[in-house]
Amino acid sequence: MLYAILCYNDEKVVWSWSKEQDEAVMARLAAVHERLAREGRLKPTVRLMPTTAATTVRKGEEPLVLDGPFAETKEQLLGFYLVEVARLPDAIEIAKELAAANPGAGGYEIRPVALFLPGAPHTAASAQHT
Amino acid sequence: MSEVEWLNAALLAARPQAIGALLRYFRDLDTAEEAFQEACLRALKSWPQNGPPRDPTAWLILVGRNAALDHVRRTRKQQPLPAEEQLCELEDTESALAERLDESHYRDDVLRLLFICCHPDLPATQQIALALRIVCGLSVKQIARAFLVSESAMEQRITRAKGRVAAAQVPFETPGAAERAARLAAVAAMIYLLFNEGYSTAEGAGEARASLCEEAIRLARLLLRLFPAQPEMMGLTALLLLQHARAAARFDAHGALVLLEDQDRTLWNGTLIAEGLALVEKAMRHARPGPYQLQAAIAALHSSAERPGETDWAQIELLYAALEQLQPSPVVTLNRAVAVSKVRGPQPALAMIEPLEARLAGYFYFFGVKGALLLQLGRAEDARNAFNRAVALANTAAEAAHIRTHLDRLSQRAEPHPRKPNEPSVSA
Repeated sequence: MLYAILCYNDEKVVWSWSKEQDEAVMARLAAVHERLAREGRLKPTVRLMPTTAATTVRKGEEPLVLDGPFAETKEQLLGFYLVEVARLPDAIEIAKELAAANPGAGGYEIRPVALFLPGAPHTAASAQHT
Repeated sequence: MSEVEWLNAALLAARPQAIGALLRYFRDLDTAEEAFQEACLRALKSWPQNGPPRDPTAWLILVGRNAALDHVRRTRKQQPLPAEEQLCELEDTESALAERLDESHYRDDVLRLLFICCHPDLPATQQIALALRIVCGLSVKQIARAFLVSESAMEQRITRAKGRVAAAQVPFETPGAAERAARLAAVAAMIYLLFNEGYSTAEGAGEARASLCEEAIRLARLLLRLFPAQPEMMGLTALLLLQHARAAARFDAHGALVLLEDQDRTLWNGTLIAEGLALVEKAMRHARPGPYQLQAAIAALHSSAERPGETDWAQIELLYAALEQLQPSPVVTLNRAVAVSKVRGPQPALAMIEPLEARLAGYFYFFGVKGALLLQLGRAEDARNAFNRAVALANTAAEAAHIRTHLDRLSQRAEPHPRKPNEPSVSA
């Protein structure tokens, strides 16, 4: 079974960490990542940029493109895609296509990825150094 | 990260919104500040024991307000303080308050607080000092160190600034759309000023200076969260991120300024650049260019070039031309001339900047650029004169030292000879 583990925290706090604080946290997480990768249990992992960098495509007859994160509290996160595109409008286009294929309520929040780890087995080799 | 560090980060993050709301209650900066400090003290006692509240900001506002009201009552009636336990039983009231304090309320509170700090009655240095003290929560000592003045002088400056804003009587009603836009513009300008204060030099005050840049970025992000659909706020945040990303490469081991094209680009902070580029893209979608967006787009083009030779100077020139239209200024023209020199050579660039000399006679950077252009044209004597004026006008030892390297090279040469067209320019 594949499980997604979603990370929640207060971004006001996290993105105001000093470089040293952030690096210290990332180093401790990396130790966990490396072990999981060695065991072949770590799959692609991402760290997102803050919600200030987010754009949202709301579903509707004519999908609405909004700045900022998803804010409807009555909706839950049901899944996510990772797409590789050259520019933001390309990502918006994809979200609109998805919205057309699955119309109704809801929307797609587009968040640039700050850090991407491909996960095992790619990192298994590099993890052996430690 | 230790618990204390986490607590401090959480209190710092909540500060602008909490003080903004407390200011709305008490309409007095000192009372709001003291109330917040009291709330922080109680948080340091209560949170490690009971765990952090669900909404730390709402908790701090409520506790701060109660504490300040207690204080007012106590000083009026000389009565004993109500039991502390009463104040700690907050779960229910806290969630009720959190619902009332929706983002739009916070938004105007924070904006008002920032706007008070950059009130037009205050000179620029007082605006920055007040914002750092009140909004960012830096100690007077930290601010004094950043500005290279004594603690008591800074204390005086801040007290004077507070007196002035109290006298100015900023209205506490919810602002109208036009007023909100005007406040936002004033606050954005103050944040940029704060950033430049930190960016203009890294010597002397060292880290204290660099922290000004980080505080400016923190404020820009805060405003962008509150006004997520404002392309100029995206532009401002992007601009600060992209410029700050180069911080580690801007000065060498001896504290000398390293020009953009000489910087070790591997020292640039890729995370900040990526976020800056993402924000520039977001802003462009609105097709409503403004000065911050244009400057951010220029910074983005510099950041996207892996090597100086790959810089898209033609595009940069177009962006400076657009900026010149929007916000005509001799400094913008000067920057455009640098781009022109890269695209079309030093002669047309020199022709562009010569008419600016009267207006930029006191500007270090003007003579640095002029000297560099003259040098490229092989006019060694004229270049020397320009560089000498630049040294005399330099604001920092690093700037002066940079120009002196040109002068030294000039005097080492027996006879002047033209340099390659892509050699020195002055933009770091």
